[in-house]
Amino acid sequence: MTEDTRRIIAGPFNRVEGDLEIRLDIAGGEVRSAYVNSPLFRGFEQILEGKDPRDALTIVPRICGICSISQSVAASRALAAAQGILPPPNGERAAAIVHAAENIADHLTHFHIFFMADFARAVYANEPWHSEVVEKFKAKGGTLVGEALNARSEFLHIMGILAGKWPHTLSLQPGGVTKAPDQRDRIRLLAIIRQFRAWAETSIFADTLEHVLEIDSVDALRAWHARDAGRGSLRLFLTISDALGLDRMGPGPGRFMSYGAYPVDGAPLFPAGVWENGVIAPLDTSLIVEDLASSWMLGQPAHPFEGRTWPDEAMADGYSWCKAPRLGGETAEVGAFARMLISGHPLAAQLLHAGAANVRARVVGRLFEIAATVVAMERWVSEIIPGETFIARGRMPESARATGLIEAARGSLGHWLVIEQGRIASYQIIAPTTWNFSPRDALGTPGPVEQALRGARVLPGETTPVSVQHIVRSFDPCMVCTVH
Amino acid sequence: MRRRKSVLWLQSGGCGGCTMSMMCAETPGLIPILQSFGLDFVWHPSLSEESGAEVQTVLGDIVSGRQALDVLCFEGSALRGPNGTGRYHMLAGTGRPMIEWLREIAPLAKYVVAVGSCAAYGGITAAGNNPSDATGLQYDGRNPGGALGADFRSQSGLPVINIAGCPTHPNWVTETLMLLSEGAFAASDLDSLGRPRFYADHLVHHGCSRNEYYEYKASAEALSEIGCMMENLGCIGTQAHGDCNTRAWNGEGSCTRGGYPCINCTAPEFEEPGRVFTETPKIGGIPIGLPTDMPKAWFIALASLSKAATPTRVKRNAVSDYIVAPPSDRKTNLK
Repeated sequence: MTEDTRRIIAGPFNRVEGDLEIRLDIAGGEVRSAYVNSPLFRGFEQILEGKDPRDALTIVPRICGICSISQSVAASRALAAAQGILPPPNGERAAAIVHAAENIADHLTHFHIFFMADFARAVYANEPWHSEVVEKFKAKGGTLVGEALNARSEFLHIMGILAGKWPHTLSLQPGGVTKAPDQRDRIRLLAIIRQFRAWAETSIFADTLEHVLEIDSVDALRAWHARDAGRGSLRLFLTISDALGLDRMGPGPGRFMSYGAYPVDGAPLFPAGVWENGVIAPLDTSLIVEDLASSWMLGQPAHPFEGRTWPDEAMADGYSWCKAPRLGGETAEVGAFARMLISGHPLAAQLLHAGAANVRARVVGRLFEIAATVVAMERWVSEIIPGETFIARGRMPESARATGLIEAARGSLGHWLVIEQGRIASYQIIAPTTWNFSPRDALGTPGPVEQALRGARVLPGETTPVSVQHIVRSFDPCMVCTVH
Repeated sequence: MRRRKSVLWLQSGGCGGCTMSMMCAETPGLIPILQSFGLDFVWHPSLSEESGAEVQTVLGDIVSGRQALDVLCFEGSALRGPNGTGRYHMLAGTGRPMIEWLREIAPLAKYVVAVGSCAAYGGITAAGNNPSDATGLQYDGRNPGGALGADFRSQSGLPVINIAGCPTHPNWVTETLMLLSEGAFAASDLDSLGRPRFYADHLVHHGCSRNEYYEYKASAEALSEIGCMMENLGCIGTQAHGDCNTRAWNGEGSCTRGGYPCINCTAPEFEEPGRVFTETPKIGGIPIGLPTDMPKAWFIALASLSKAATPTRVKRNAVSDYIVAPPSDRKTNLK
């Protein structure tokens, strides 16, 4: 390879959840192709086989310490479907509150701890915003790093009240939740959420959540930014985004998917669907196939009801433990921005560049989702009726095929469960980052982040290009979920 | 000024949940604790700026001795598979199995801390058929050995400190690190399974908010009911080591307060209880697995006596989701 053409094996990436390695082929000062390796295999799907289905509720949250509740919710949904039961209104709301608390905490962790720290790097020392970013977001020392950790800890008191602890609760059950909050618990939940709202409205938005959610176009976003450019972390991010062109950086596949989030009274807060070229189509999960062409996995491409997880101990063909899920043969980007787009928020479509998501869109999508979800949590808490039941009881069938489709912070999470003779015969999981960080499929189509990295700028001498880091972290990958 | 203590944090066959939990530390929070106790995370996968080549430099400096290492924290199991190669986790960017990094770096550290039950004993990653051949650092389940071997001692002469728990309470980890920073941790501070005694000498049962139901054997029959969960719902808080009910989780929680049983997550092999987690196996109506240090005959005698003496209030509440029968207001002679 010439001076201009080189290959980098970048890793370990940190400030992603779990371990990540990316091979970058570089030429002409930019990434020509990227190969994403999820280097950790644990084999949860095998662990689950043969177990009593109820034990899934203890095992699956432990797939991931940051998406723990999401894994529990997916399993409880699949088991509820197997039993043919639905939680009572209180149970739905309590589960939604607990789940939303984790998703918001994850968005908070991502922005303040994982993502912004890269703008405090020395490479940006000459930028006018650099000293402010260093003061606020420098890893381990920034003022907002500590402040956000405190806000997160206090917000997660919701878990102490409703879920016992976080991560790894057993409170989420097929028919609802195991803790029936009383009047005092309910009012305490409201106090916690209102305290969090006050912090977010000061620190992140420097505006009310409602005003932020009314921003309905890129022009309105620019005006909102310009009006008070010095206040709030979202505006600081927009300043950086304008300076570095983050609105064009890291274009994904332009196809977005959501399974729908927080169903209450038969309607989700964020709807399910597939977005492509401005059209929202209904979701059809029968079109999902996991391709194994670039995975260290044995077997044939299959729908998760038929698929299995047999690792290739020889690691002969492929470059990742991650399978490559495809919807109707195509990749899909999942996450908060996909949910925003599919829910029809008018700002979302305008955040696309040339039809694709980008670093700015993903980050704005996450922060807007914090705002929208806090508002919904306040409503759910106010609708809880202490004294009434929070759980429905069901019987586990001897055999069943059932799915649990939910939205984790990072995107669509699905559990496909087959019960035979009262035991788990098969349990297949496709996590959000399995979609976003999938390797190439049999047709050679790169996964979403592999695609997004193409064209990323590489500065002379860079060993772990900073643009690559921005793009990778803009997806908020959870590598432990990815392979599981 | 005290010398700052260097801490390297590595993650392997686990979920990262012990770090996520540690980030919930409160009064003081994680960052002020690290700062005021001079704990310097030379690299932590969730908290540090360094990525890629910068991390490899940090690791290289430790291996070469340029960077002295006070504490190695290892989160997640060590993976031996497939076939003893460790290739189920190659540390990204290094082309080397994580278990090799562990074996190279651990002997250089003054202290080695296994954070969580996976790192301590294998944990949930070793459940079922243990697909990745996961093991703890110095225990493989209950058996001494593991990735580093039963005879391993860090530079301080201590065995691996096993902060077992799934996940660990934030303060179990931060308090261990603070004690290590102060040089105030000795072999006698570890219990027989290598766990810090400051939390492992307690039982989860201590301070359980369901104590009155336990006293009368007034049992919940289904999850969400507020009675004792030992008889029917698989709770083994009377045997499980941990101070979960005397120091709260996430403000004011614990497993039992959240309405579900203690599954003994601080113990080796908790992941394979040989039964459904939320169901108590019984022989002749007597739960298998009696409270720790309790002779069986006495337990049966006391249980039948207390069951006979159970007040109606306690009996009714035990099978309800809320207190349906409040305690009566009785004039007492006690002033």
